[in-house]
Amino acid sequence: MLRLPQFGVELPSAIDEVVALLRDNPGARIVAGGTDLLPNLKHQLEQPAMLISLAQVAELRAISEVSTEVGPALEIGAGVTLTELSEDPLVREHFPSLAAAAGTVASPLIRNMGTIGGNLNLDTRCRYVNQTKFWRQAIGGGCLKSEGEVCHVVPGGRNCVAALSSDCAPVLISLDAEVVLAGPQGERVVPAAKYYKADGLRHTVREDAEITTKLRVPLASGPRRSAYAKWTVRKSIDFPLVSVALRFDLASDDVDAAVTGLKIVAGVLGAKPRIVAKLDDAIGKKLSDPALTSIVAAAVHKQCKPLENVPYEAPYRRQMFAVFTKRAIADLVAAG
Amino acid sequence: MHHGLPAPGLCLAKREGGREPTRMVEALLSLRINGEPAHVAAPAHWTLLEVLRYRLDLIGSKQGCDKGDCGACTVQIDGEPVLACLTLAAAAQSRDIRTVEGLGWAPEAVEGCHPLQDAFDRWDAAQCGFCTPGILMSAEALLRKVGGVVTREQVREALAGNLCRCTGYTKIIDAVVDASEQLHAEREQPEQSTGT
Repeated sequence: MLRLPQFGVELPSAIDEVVALLRDNPGARIVAGGTDLLPNLKHQLEQPAMLISLAQVAELRAISEVSTEVGPALEIGAGVTLTELSEDPLVREHFPSLAAAAGTVASPLIRNMGTIGGNLNLDTRCRYVNQTKFWRQAIGGGCLKSEGEVCHVVPGGRNCVAALSSDCAPVLISLDAEVVLAGPQGERVVPAAKYYKADGLRHTVREDAEITTKLRVPLASGPRRSAYAKWTVRKSIDFPLVSVALRFDLASDDVDAAVTGLKIVAGVLGAKPRIVAKLDDAIGKKLSDPALTSIVAAAVHKQCKPLENVPYEAPYRRQMFAVFTKRAIADLVAAG
Repeated sequence: MHHGLPAPGLCLAKREGGREPTRMVEALLSLRINGEPAHVAAPAHWTLLEVLRYRLDLIGSKQGCDKGDCGACTVQIDGEPVLACLTLAAAAQSRDIRTVEGLGWAPEAVEGCHPLQDAFDRWDAAQCGFCTPGILMSAEALLRKVGGVVTREQVREALAGNLCRCTGYTKIIDAVVDASEQLHAEREQPEQSTGT
């Protein structure tokens, strides 16, 4: 039995009310599905005096096509559940990798509760943090992210290297999504690629008094193939141990067409998803060309250096990042 | 703005270590459980599972891992299977909550026994039984969603958040498929179920 600490609960019904509550109650935490925050509270990782539930904020739950200055986009409300996101016809049509990622999060039960806003703002995790307080005391009283002063992953380290285990974050970055935040100063828009910071203790640029209201994902301007590769020990419930989002823009709607642009983003390394760089050699090659797979997999292997912040040995995970990248491209080519 | 919750600060409890007092708020909750209204006072920080088990005596929903891994606490909210251990009771107000206790009152139940419960009995799909209530609630949602005979693959997917450490799942999957066949057969061939 894991008890929650004491807190009050507010049930606002509009975004404005949420922002006012956040502004007037420093330290208050937003709870949507609760599948990330509540286990952390039960593990005594924090003790907010107030939880602001989004259960009654209906305006967060829409998915709609909008036109922006740079072209059409899909706006996805932060309160859309992961089940809804994975089953939504518009999302499946335009962003199959996002639907796939949302559909692989944890278990059906958790996807029925958890929201895309919550998945984007998932707290960073570490094998030495997400444990009971009793467990943490047994290893000497916690670490930088809990009660302690040390890091058990990087001995002597002063920066928390807890990992962002969100399945959707790398995908949203690969799709050039934007995050819309509402706060006391009004609304602001942050590119998903600039939303995260390499600091396990404070890993997003969201201010305490801000709430993520929606995501804006631009529709593809041409033919595209995208995928999400994930490895877990069990096929359900687990957080990813390998997480790679892939997106290839093509000259024509054919896997034998030349790749005109690509974006590969890896998760579960540190607090910030890694956008794989130096992929210029892949441009101009056919998606079905084995040389393209080799270039991408080699770049992933070179640049993605896992730590032992989540289960499994880091060298094995590093190999698997490349293996799952190759498999994802092979699946895209096989699907045509 | 409090929507039925009393104003914060109703009762002050001193936090350990002499820091700022935290608010211990006793909330008056208006829930709807298995079709019946339930008005209950409980601490605002309690989960739906705690309110079900320790205020309303509905102990069918089990407290297993208590952090979302095992699915033993699965209930349905507005028809969707969810984890009661990670649902704040205050946030479940004005929603339609169904627990395993309500299965026997479902329209498809015969003499207080849902076809799923009957199939679990016939297939010996419960061993220690701790996971069974949660599995029944996930399975019932699947049968309703599919509205026909379900495949083993659909059952495996729907029960992917419910852990069972006894059965190895085979008999559970057999029972859910069987229950869907029973339900579907009765609908398609009503003349056979009336008997002679």
